[in-house]
Amino acid sequence: MPGSIKPLNRICCSSIFAFVTLLLLCNFSALAAPDGKALFMSNCASCHNPLKDATGPALQNIDKTFPDKEWGYKWIHNSAALISAGDPTAVAVFNKFNKTAMTAFPSLSNEDIDAILKYVDEYKAPEAAKPAAAATGNEHAESNSWVYTIITLALVLLVIILWRANAGLKRVANEKQGIPTEKEIPLYRSKLVIAITAIVIFIMAGYWLVNGAINEGRQQNYQPLQPIFYSHKVHAGINQVNCLYCHAGAEKSRQAMIPSSNVCMNCHKQIDQYTGAADHKLITAEGKEVNGNEQIQLLYKYAGWDPTSKMYKRDAVGNILATPIQWVKIHNLPDHVYFNHSQHVKVGQVQCQTCHGPVQEMDEVYQFSALSMGWCINCHRQTQVQFESNNYYSIFQKYHDEIKSGQRTGVTEADMGGTECQKCHY
Amino acid sequence: MSQKQYWSGIEDLNNINTPREVVENEFKEELPFELSDSLFGATTPRRDFLKFLGFSTLAATLVASCEMPVRKAIPYAIKPEDIVPGVPNYYASTFADGGDYCAIVIKTRDGRPIKIEGNEMSSVTRGGTSARVQASVLNLYDKARIRHPYADGKEATFAAIDGMIKEGLAAKPGYLVTSTVLSPSTKEVIAQFLAKYPNVKHVTYDAYSYSGMLLANEACYGKRTLPTYHFDKAQTIVSLGADFLGTWISPIEFSKGYSKGRKISAKNKNLSRHYQVEATHTITGGAADHRATCKPSEMGKVAVALYNAVVNGAAPSLPSKALNELVNKAAADLKKGNGLVVGSSNDVNIQTVINAINDKIGANGVTVNWTVTSNCKQGIDKGIVDMVAAMEAGQVGSVYMHGVNPVYDYFDNKKFAAALAKVPVSVSFADRMDETAQKCKFVLPDHNFLENWGDAEPKPNYISLQQPGIAPLFKTRAFQDSLLTWTGATQTWADFWKEYWMKKTGSQDAFDKALQDGIIEPAGEMANGGAAFAGKTDEAINNIQNKKPHAGVELVVYQKIGIGTGGAWSNNPWLLEMPDPITRATWDNYLCVSPKRAKELNAELTGFSEVESKKVVVTVKAENGYSVNLPVVVVPGMHNDVVAVAVGFGRDKQVGRAAASDDTKGGKNAFPFMVFNGVTTEHHSDVTIAKTDLKYDIAITQTHNSYEARPVVHEYTLAEFTKDPDALLKERGAEISEFTALPWIEEGKEGKIDSNKEEGYRENGTLYPNYPYEGVKWGMSIDLNSCTGCGACVVGCMAENNVSVVGKDHVLKNHEMHWIRIDRYFSGMADDPDTIQTVFQPMLCQHCDNAPCENVCPVSATNHSSEGLNQMAYNRCIGTKYCANNCPYKVRHFNWMDWNGADCFDDNLYEDGRRDDINDDLTRMVLNPDVTVRSRGVMEKCSFCVQRLQEAKLVAKKEGHPLKDGGAKTACQQACPTDAIVFGNVKDTNSSIYKIRRQEQAERTFYVLEHIHTLPSINYLSKIRNTDEINAMDENKNEFLKYHI
Repeated sequence: MPGSIKPLNRICCSSIFAFVTLLLLCNFSALAAPDGKALFMSNCASCHNPLKDATGPALQNIDKTFPDKEWGYKWIHNSAALISAGDPTAVAVFNKFNKTAMTAFPSLSNEDIDAILKYVDEYKAPEAAKPAAAATGNEHAESNSWVYTIITLALVLLVIILWRANAGLKRVANEKQGIPTEKEIPLYRSKLVIAITAIVIFIMAGYWLVNGAINEGRQQNYQPLQPIFYSHKVHAGINQVNCLYCHAGAEKSRQAMIPSSNVCMNCHKQIDQYTGAADHKLITAEGKEVNGNEQIQLLYKYAGWDPTSKMYKRDAVGNILATPIQWVKIHNLPDHVYFNHSQHVKVGQVQCQTCHGPVQEMDEVYQFSALSMGWCINCHRQTQVQFESNNYYSIFQKYHDEIKSGQRTGVTEADMGGTECQKCHY
Repeated sequence: MSQKQYWSGIEDLNNINTPREVVENEFKEELPFELSDSLFGATTPRRDFLKFLGFSTLAATLVASCEMPVRKAIPYAIKPEDIVPGVPNYYASTFADGGDYCAIVIKTRDGRPIKIEGNEMSSVTRGGTSARVQASVLNLYDKARIRHPYADGKEATFAAIDGMIKEGLAAKPGYLVTSTVLSPSTKEVIAQFLAKYPNVKHVTYDAYSYSGMLLANEACYGKRTLPTYHFDKAQTIVSLGADFLGTWISPIEFSKGYSKGRKISAKNKNLSRHYQVEATHTITGGAADHRATCKPSEMGKVAVALYNAVVNGAAPSLPSKALNELVNKAAADLKKGNGLVVGSSNDVNIQTVINAINDKIGANGVTVNWTVTSNCKQGIDKGIVDMVAAMEAGQVGSVYMHGVNPVYDYFDNKKFAAALAKVPVSVSFADRMDETAQKCKFVLPDHNFLENWGDAEPKPNYISLQQPGIAPLFKTRAFQDSLLTWTGATQTWADFWKEYWMKKTGSQDAFDKALQDGIIEPAGEMANGGAAFAGKTDEAINNIQNKKPHAGVELVVYQKIGIGTGGAWSNNPWLLEMPDPITRATWDNYLCVSPKRAKELNAELTGFSEVESKKVVVTVKAENGYSVNLPVVVVPGMHNDVVAVAVGFGRDKQVGRAAASDDTKGGKNAFPFMVFNGVTTEHHSDVTIAKTDLKYDIAITQTHNSYEARPVVHEYTLAEFTKDPDALLKERGAEISEFTALPWIEEGKEGKIDSNKEEGYRENGTLYPNYPYEGVKWGMSIDLNSCTGCGACVVGCMAENNVSVVGKDHVLKNHEMHWIRIDRYFSGMADDPDTIQTVFQPMLCQHCDNAPCENVCPVSATNHSSEGLNQMAYNRCIGTKYCANNCPYKVRHFNWMDWNGADCFDDNLYEDGRRDDINDDLTRMVLNPDVTVRSRGVMEKCSFCVQRLQEAKLVAKKEGHPLKDGGAKTACQQACPTDAIVFGNVKDTNSSIYKIRRQEQAERTFYVLEHIHTLPSINYLSKIRNTDEINAMDENKNEFLKYHI
């Protein structure tokens, strides 16, 4: 009786489809939640440490000190407004941290803020001695989606087994009753299955192709081997060397400038040993341990420095016999993009870490941000220019009026035309 | 006014069918659809389609699967203290090429000179530049430069050559030949050299000489020098053939001065009056208020007639009515005072008469300055003629040639080459294997001027120092170093130079300041004084009258504003592609003839219309037997019995790839047409012209962009403007008043335009919303009265914006890429050269606020910025060219080919054999690193130098103050020697652009094609001619037209 089989088939198929969709949706909603870590790194990390007081307070469990949740949102969206309104908690915090104003983040949604707070509350100090263990621990914390996937696959398998068993039993029953069995169409020839598969493959291929094309030429997390194992963590992190000491161009020029070896030698004439190995071992991404002293010797070779005589090697005319170090460029923008460091660092007062990530924690630098156009534009939309403090903006009367009348709280880069083509492409 | 018709070429007048088609077809050639023909006409189109699909998929996959290359970031080993990578350094320096002089500032990026600007501190050139000065940076990176010294055609070392030369030096008499030397320290070096070797003589030789003037001045005033001409102080200027805005003596200095007298506004209606008599058509003639033509051999008679008219009011009896009228009027004006007469003739007699006129009208000490003179030209023709005679006679043991190329540019160059062969030691200091260097035993390449220390003294005590912008690129040695070595000095030239100036300036501080400023000048305004005239005027007049007149055709040898007398310029692709201001032709020289003469040479119209690129070739034969084949280009405004050829073409192939010439390219040498008359070289000769059956392509750009007879220039006589300064506002009102308010509002919709109506038109003339600009809105004003068409802006723009050179073949196809072009319009009657009046209009992207291009772009690659820029995002452009089609100003240019190797595909680079050196790794060092090099398939156009605007804003932000007026200058504005271009923020009520539009020049302000509501960001100021009438085209009177229609 073919009539009775078809509805069963249909019910089976549709219920499987619904089930799978439901599971997938569960997975997606888990993925779509704001990523607290990324938000923290790009917005907060330059001033806040989860565990220690830095420019701003340590953030772990800071939400417990808020008078209420709403207050927290208000503070993060625009702390200056709270302070000027005379909120006692706000004023106290402001005074405690040397009256350093916190950057306003009107662009962060309440969900974003919750995600950040959740992240810092759950944050555990990485155990330097056991990096491998820490990594596994992290994976455990993030393995929810795996469980879902395994359950989904198991249930799908179960459904198939039951369906096959059901079909088999039915056939046996039919045979027994003498009802002739219609020849079963194998799954791979079922038009419905082929159609669904084709559509799914088409959508997935399209998704993959488009994403692949968009990401063509992007190098996020690019972490090449460098000619010298130069650890930013040792210099900028542990020894607190200012970024601008070496990258002096960042405030003056389009290029931040990689220092020439004579700049390195300003310090390394004295410092010819890596003495921090006890506290911080230099370990490459592959897990190989690096001898810091050897790296300093390598620098001497490039710089033309003779460590025994403590003199530069010179040629007949007196020129120092230095050879430039051929660093591998990590942050590559396409040729048709004009980017000016001084515009961002000097004028925009943007922290280096906003784009380059926690360089002070990197032994080997990797590309932290996507450096995609969407990433740039997004920041331009969210970041406020130094509208009040820089007299250049005094000619934008309309915005000044609007701020005065309270119509706007600030002027973003996008308001100044920062999303227009010829701000970066010419 | 509206009756008057401007025409860009003969074909425009005649309105024949060919130009119609050309005008209507946006793109000159057929679109390359031959591929699709075969595709759909084929028997199996589906298969072909799949083939192409397969290929393109494969190609895309290959490209996509390419690995990202590993890029290196290599810092300096030891960073020079004063270089910050990414930040340009500027060095004040000096451009001196022969006698051509300009005080400059070199812009270097990471140690490479990439742009030349004028030095505003100089009171001689006052920040102006010329096309050649702008292009000079490209000569530094010329691939044809020789990279080491040669002895007998083989590589040698300086030391070895020094030894061989020192042996020969003492033996027989020698000659040191240089072009005009402006440098006092080099003169000192030469003096020491001559003192050491007393049998060596110094000869100054200028290829295009001013001997006639120098000798006449010596006879009249006892000084063999040129005076300083103050065009700014002249109320009446009479030029007898002198192209003082283009090529005569010191055009940058004169353009600056001249333009001061041409700035006119409704409040200050003082305008100088400029009379021009000339044989050919120069840009100076184009700027003139009154212009008449004569044959070059008649120029003396014109001078005499003017002299007589000034002295005793005698009525002139010259060959044409126009000349007589002009002389009468000019004489009357000159007598009013503040007059100035200049002449280009190299005939001592004519220059004596001109001196006499200046003396009679009291010009000396007012407009002609004999206290501060000019050193710009010093060559006396007789010197080199005598030298050649001595060389021929075998009396010369050695000859040293610096900055000269007589085997190419001597009037009897064959004779020179033969004579040179008889000299045992011949030395050239040329930077390339030019015609003379090839014939020399030794070639000791000199540094480029951007690699060398030096100085120039264009006027006594007006000094300009030259500091290098880069270390020498090749194994070259300063010319001065060679002389010092041979003199036996132990000092290098650099030390010698420094010591010389330390002594003169007195202290290290003063030296440093002089070096930083680039100039050392007396304080205050330039001293001015006359001189006692002692010329034998009557004798000169007699000599002129006794010369027998020529009946036939005369040929004028002229200099192109870009190429000059040749030299390295002949091989400069920027200059070769810069259209000649008058003929608008590129890449060649040709025979300029009047329309009438052209008709006689070939009656077929297309043969001389500008639309047809194939030009009739004729054979031109001079009396001295020199004969060449040249294509004919019609130049309205040429005297009917005069033809003209430019020098600087017909070069040897070793001069460079772009300069190399043969029958198919590169033009012909015109120097042998010059004639030596026993005293000086005359720049014209009698010729006969014979027709041939040959044709030759000339790439002319004027007709590439047509407005289809819509009025784009506004021109008034001074009388009209004085009578009714508001005439233009009324004209504009008649066109747009109706749209200044909404349709249902009836009041206030007539009368002249004012700022309120302009605003009303902006808002109500369109359905689109009006965008309110905040803070910054860029705008430009171009004064048609000041623009002389010299082309400095065109080359300045190419250098600043990495504008591609496309080569002659593609100029022929309308593919030239210039972001700014100078349109040239004639008015008057084509067959009467004396009626021709010329207007130049620089045309660039108008940055319309209601831009037609923006609306039609399917991918929004071109859109509007909040600062009023019409921005072009190259990487978004997919090359539909809709925008170029819809642009009423025709300022968008499509990259039809990969001109620069900017494509990601290999082997896609366009090469034509002539322009290719521009893509050499050496030459590419000239590229501006702040501007994208465009690849094939994208549209491009003027960006208002957005990189400079961004830079100016960044500087203001860093310093924390609002933008200053003048903080952002466009490249064209900066290059302009007449300050015709003003640029700034129109939102700033203190800016000069705001003041020009709203206050000072409101009456002269107009927008091109304003009635179509494009709302351009560029306004023009109307041309005011100090003449009686603007010559219209009268169809009834014009025989030429009748003949053809």
